[in-house]
Amino acid sequence: MPTLMREPAAGRFGDFGGRFVPESLVPACDALAAAFQDAWADPAFRAELDDLLAVYAGRPTPLTPARTLSAALGVELLLKREDLAHTGSHKINNVLGQGLLARRMCKRRIIAETGAGQHGVAAATAAALLGLEATIFMGERDIERQRLNVLRMTTLGATVVPVTTGSRTLKDATNEAMRAWVADVDGAHFLLGSVGGPHPYPWMVRELQRVIGEEARAQSPYVPDVVVACVGGGSNAAGTFAGFADTAARLVGVEAAGGAAMSSGRPGVVHGARSMVLQDAEGQVAEAESIAAGLDYPGIGPEHAFLGAAGRAEYHAVKDDEVIAAVRRLARDEGIICALESAHAVAWVLREAGGPLLPAGSRIVLTLSGRGDKDMATLEATA
Amino acid sequence: MSDLIEARDGKAVPPSTPEPARVATVAPQGRTLLVPYLTAGLTEDWTDYLLAVQAAGADAIEVGLPFSDPMLDGATIQQASDRALARGVTVASILQDLSRVRPQVRVPLIAFTYANLVFRPGAPEFCRRLAEAGVRGLIVPDLPLDEAAAVERAAAEAGVDLTLLVAPVTTDERLAEIVSRSRGYVYAISRMGTTGERAALASSAADLAARIKAAQQRSAPSHAASSAAPSATTSLAAPSRVESPAATAAGRNGASGARLPVLVGFGVSGPEQAVEAGRAGDGVVVGSALMRRVLDGATPADLGAEVAAMRAALDRADQEASADHASYAEISGHRG
Ligand SMILES: Cc1ncc(COP(=O)(O)O)c(C=O)c1O
Repeated sequence: MPTLMREPAAGRFGDFGGRFVPESLVPACDALAAAFQDAWADPAFRAELDDLLAVYAGRPTPLTPARTLSAALGVELLLKREDLAHTGSHKINNVLGQGLLARRMCKRRIIAETGAGQHGVAAATAAALLGLEATIFMGERDIERQRLNVLRMTTLGATVVPVTTGSRTLKDATNEAMRAWVADVDGAHFLLGSVGGPHPYPWMVRELQRVIGEEARAQSPYVPDVVVACVGGGSNAAGTFAGFADTAARLVGVEAAGGAAMSSGRPGVVHGARSMVLQDAEGQVAEAESIAAGLDYPGIGPEHAFLGAAGRAEYHAVKDDEVIAAVRRLARDEGIICALESAHAVAWVLREAGGPLLPAGSRIVLTLSGRGDKDMATLEATA
Repeated sequence: MSDLIEARDGKAVPPSTPEPARVATVAPQGRTLLVPYLTAGLTEDWTDYLLAVQAAGADAIEVGLPFSDPMLDGATIQQASDRALARGVTVASILQDLSRVRPQVRVPLIAFTYANLVFRPGAPEFCRRLAEAGVRGLIVPDLPLDEAAAVERAAAEAGVDLTLLVAPVTTDERLAEIVSRSRGYVYAISRMGTTGERAALASSAADLAARIKAAQQRSAPSHAASSAAPSATTSLAAPSRVESPAATAAGRNGASGARLPVLVGFGVSGPEQAVEAGRAGDGVVVGSALMRRVLDGATPADLGAEVAAMRAALDRADQEASADHASYAEISGHRG
């Protein structure tokens, strides 16, 4: 598979990807693809981004051995600590890259969608740092369950726009952000938070998250047997996988059972790309249902659909109660309170360790995509 | 430029030649076209609105098949789609409703929906179902040129016109390609934004309509050669305008009659804006302004009256343009 996790030709990953956007957005997508290609090949751009990632975002993030859990489970578990990056998740890697790109393209404003609010906070942070205006669309339901992040965004100077249509979660926030982009394509950059959307987003965001996997590969004393990450749109997983795609490591993405596009979805077109989508028999997109707002999304990035179809990556799902138990276990055993999203990857390891999917002695690199401060109220409600 | 003026003038003059059979279902020719958009299934009696709008002088009707994620629609049509879906309507139930009223439908019906509803059953199957229900055209706003090939093929095979959209930001090169591949009509997106009522028509509307018409003129010879069949079905009236005596007297041959109508849509609100948009293109699509009324409780008769008022305003404007043209011809000594 020579093209695995490289630049996709015409934005296609096998049968997936593409650019299903209104004609009004085609020139903007073209311009963005050209600008990113140019910037990504420009050593000055790369140096500026690397510098920000180091001195501002706190990279490299450590690879922490989970000693207690490893001993208890009979595996070797290494945690890639994106929870320690500035703003508390891997989202900072993407927004700094796109923020610099927006400035390079002379945009004055960014538009973003957010679910858990982690991408919204990261986008608002990059906007503050780089002197851009920020408008963040967030479902009303997510605003209720992620209050802390709403306050962080407004404190950073962003405008948070509640989205009241449909399921009032990430899917609808994404629709609204795209509508806002159509109305301001010249002035605004659409700072998409994951590896979904029309070309060039799935490729660009994966490249900007590649740093997770490349660091982990260099930090790990060995090539692991299994690399595992949670999957909403799939950006922390894609970035992690990118560091290991050319090794023998198995690549495992863990979805929320209520938003499992890979296990329960069918090929479809939503938010600008052809990928796996939760939908009904006639093609109406289904509403996902997960305790983790960041995974409450009926689609997945097209490259994951491709990696799954090609058999290079595997995708599993875990349930809300397993996720809550995983947050608590990681907190007690390792002293790390991770995000509900990240806990999906942990929950899968807890469930499968010692079984056929994850035999005893397996060496595992697991990306802990973010920290759990935002989820304390949710956790309290389930106590 | 003079070509444009002739096409403009042509509009005002009723055609003296009978329309070819393929456009026989399109009511009066040679006038500014009025194409209302209705969200299908919004109410139990939604087809009554369709028939009322037809009786009020619609030249064709866009039938919105509600989708869960209408990315290019503003608040009004989102709300209408959500309400229709909440009632439990499906593409199948809507097409059944249409089949039922088919004997009373005299104007072309054009389905307006999003890509996922087309791809889920497969484009060939979807287009076949449309054709069976008597739907003659299809518009898919999230299916740009670059992704359209499979649906174009499927639509052509089913005898359905796939109408493509042009935006104010579309480059000249893409615009020419869209103009040559669009069927039924060419949809000019009046503004950079979603559907939804606006206080004024964007200036981009007139610019875009003019660019499309210019591209049509440029490609006329080759287009005509390749277009013996391209629009076998929806076939609205713009060709009749350029085939009018005005156009032929100006030395244009019948081949250029293949020019498809340019319809201006997105955010056109009220009779004044309809006239303005119609003047820019060959006609106008009005959606949110009508659906807002239905959401607010308008009856089919109320909506018919709304459309009739727009029709009357367009007719008045056509007549004025015709009179202006006659006096212009007198003064300038030209025979229009
Ligand atoms: C901590 C964290 N992890 C994961 C995700 C899911 O995104 P992705 O699958 O793109 O990494 C989110 C999204 O909000 C998040 O906040």
